[in-house]
Order: sequence, then structure tokens, then C-alpha cells
Amino acid sequence: MELILLTPWDLSIAALLVLLLAGLSFHLRLGIEKRLAVAAARSALQLGLLGLVLKVIFAQSNPITIGLLTLFMLLVASYEVMNRQQRRYHGFWGMGVGVLSMFLSSFSVTLLALLVILQVDPWYAPQYLIPLLGMMLGNTMTGVALSLDSLNQNAWQQRASIEARLMLGHDWQTAITEIRRNALRTGLIPILNAMAAAGVVSIPGMMTGQILAGSPPLEAAKYQILILFLVSASIGLGSVTAIWVGSKHLFDERQRLRLDRLTRPKH
Amino acid sequence: MSQLSIHNLQVQRLLPVNLEVLASQCITLSGPSGCGKTRLLRAIADLDPHQGEVRLNRIAQRDIPAPQWRRRVGYLPAEAAWWRERVGDHFLNPDPKRFETLGFTLEWLEREVSRLSTGERQRLALLRLLGNEPEVLLLDEPTANLDQASARRVEQLIDDYRQMRQAAVIWVTHDEQQHKNSAHHYCFKDGKLELHAWS
Repeated sequence: MELILLTPWDLSIAALLVLLLAGLSFHLRLGIEKRLAVAAARSALQLGLLGLVLKVIFAQSNPITIGLLTLFMLLVASYEVMNRQQRRYHGFWGMGVGVLSMFLSSFSVTLLALLVILQVDPWYAPQYLIPLLGMMLGNTMTGVALSLDSLNQNAWQQRASIEARLMLGHDWQTAITEIRRNALRTGLIPILNAMAAAGVVSIPGMMTGQILAGSPPLEAAKYQILILFLVSASIGLGSVTAIWVGSKHLFDERQRLRLDRLTRPKH
Repeated sequence: MSQLSIHNLQVQRLLPVNLEVLASQCITLSGPSGCGKTRLLRAIADLDPHQGEVRLNRIAQRDIPAPQWRRRVGYLPAEAAWWRERVGDHFLNPDPKRFETLGFTLEWLEREVSRLSTGERQRLALLRLLGNEPEVLLLDEPTANLDQASARRVEQLIDDYRQMRQAAVIWVTHDEQQHKNSAHHYCFKDGKLELHAWS
């Protein structure tokens, strides 16, 4: 089976649909037409650029450029995590929690996949490394963002209960244990749903892509299973790290609850 | 024997506080709302960052692990929070005698916290705190929401506890009678803690 090449004309037809949606939004006064246009243009631009960048990087296969690209991806993901928080940590910690947790989880899981499972040679071959890492980061980002948001929101709302426990001599980990557990559950819900629906309700994006690109369906399914497992591991590891580091930072060396280390929500 | 000494304790923008409470001694604090009574108690319990020194039997606060410090220097806030549904989930070894003194029975342990009145919650919070057998009691208006009879019972319980454990007590209150029953009455005036002289 040959890969059907898309012409600019093909993409325009799809873009027309988005324009129609924007028109509908304008007509019904939903007020999202501007955001829709920006998001659509942004995604087209970003993906187009990515295609160009990957073309160069694949051709060069230079470890330094590849390393810089992964670093860039990590920073953007961490920025997104920070941006999705209603209450972030002040200063360095705002980005730091995301950088640390996603570096530890996504990078190590990707490395494991490249070295042990796929045994790519060289291990940093960008055709494998970049898409895999992208998938890990993209999903882990959602999990970490949800976990941290839940942790900090609940800590803020349940300040009185946490302090009541501190007053009675509970240590900080006991005082925040339920909130932590809830945060982890919140972070893992999307991937649990994705795994439950995979293949029954939805055909995951990667598998769809491989099938469209001509892979035998069973091979595509095996890859998709591998990815789902790796992604869940990465989300779990990332969320656990973020919650641990984040909740520790909510208390100081005298185990006082320090909500002044969080910012106020903007709206 | 438990002696609490506070030297140049400073929280946020409040003036430094010096205070000494001996074992079995009860002192009362008063002052307009917002003058820093609660902030002072919270700092003594080490719940907020502060400067200066607090010592328990000559041992500095920072030399005692925070959870242990807070078990020994027990703080009862004006409105204590509960983190589980059932009252009993907050108690380890409920003392039936103390429950009785405040007009409760151990059957109250089965009740849901959300169904209690403010006054009931306040009195149960005191029992919960005493369960830790603290050496120092920091009480933030423990009888504020209580009727006369309940207030007297709370006073009785705290008094008995203070004498039995030789505990030092700092008691924030606006009740004249409670001031008179205490060893000293301090008053916040213009941000300064002053010993109140009886005329």
C-alpha cells in the first residue's frame, strides 16, 4: 500500500470546515471564533515548522541538535504545566516542578523503550526518539498538570483541616495524605479512560496514523499497546514525582503549611 | 513541670513580645480583634514563620521536632477544623471522665461532625487537644460560642487539667471573670503587650 500524499488543496478543504465552524460560532454568538482561528493557525504553523525541523534533524542525525530539541520540548511542556495551574508556585518552583518530574519520567521511559524494547541503533536515532518522547511528554504534561492543580487547589481549600492536623502533632505527610492521593487519582484518570476506550470507542491517533501510512493493522496495534503502556508508566512516574516534590514544597523545614508559596489565581 | 518563656517573639508587623508562663500558671490575654492575639498563639505553636525565641523548659523550639513541639504545646484555635466525617475518627484514647465533665458521653464518638453545633464542636476540639496531654495550652477564646453553663464546665476542665498536669496556660478571652481568675492579665495596647493592673 502506497502513502497517499496530501496536496495543499486537500488541507484547504479541511481548513474550510474549521472556517465553517468559526462562522457558526459568529452566527450563534458563541464568541470562540477568534480563539478557534488562532488555535487552528497556531497548530498549522507549529506542525509545519516541526515537519521542517524534523526533516533537517533526521537528515543530520546530530546528537547535539537532537538533545537541544528534546530540551526545548521539555521546557515548552513545563511551561504548559505551569500555565494550566490556577495556583502556581512562586519563582523557580513554578517551572521547576514540571521540568524535574517530566524529565525523570518521560526521558527515562523513552530511554528504556529505545535501548531495551526497540533496540534502535544508534539509540538517539531521531526518527524514533523524537516522536516517542513527544508522545510521553504530551501525555505526561496533562497528568502532571492535573495532579498539581488538584494538589494545590485542595491544599488551599482544605487549609483549615491540614493545619488542624499539624496543630495536633501530625507530621506534614500525614496531614496532606488524602489530598495527595486524590491528586494522583485525578492525574491518572485521562490515561485510564484512554486505555479503557482504546480500540472499542476510539482508534488511538498513533495507530490511525500508522494504518493510514500503510502498516498492517496488527503491527500498528502492537505499537499502540506498547505506547499506551509506556505512556501510563510515564504519567504515573511524572505525577508521583510532581506530587511529592510539590507537596513537600507546601511545607517548610518546621512543617508549617506555607500557602504563601502559591500565587493567587488570575481570575 | 512546664515553663514557657518567650523572648522577643516577632510575627509579621507586630512588636516583639516577651512573656513568661510558669508551670501551673494561667495567664489571660485580651485586646481588640486584629491586634495579633491569634498570630501570637500561632507563632508559639510554630504554625507561622516568626523571629525571636520560644523555650519550653529551657529547650528552644527549633531543637524540638515540629510535630513533637505541637503535641507538647497544644494550640486550640477559635474554630477548630475536622478532617474526617465521624467524631471518633479524630480521637485515639478518648477519656470518658473528661467527656463527662463537658457533658458528653463516649456515644458522641459515633456522631457525624457536620451535624454538631458550633459550641459542641468547640468543646469536642478541646477534648481532642487534651488527648495529646500537652504541657502548655494555648487557648483562643475557648468559651466564645458557649452558654454560661457550658462555659463554666470548660473552665472547670481546663483548671483541673492545669493543676493535675502542672501545665502552663495562655488563655485569650474577653470574659472579665476569667481575667480575674488568672494569675496575670495581659492586654494588647497599641500593638504592645502590657500587664493589666487591677484598680
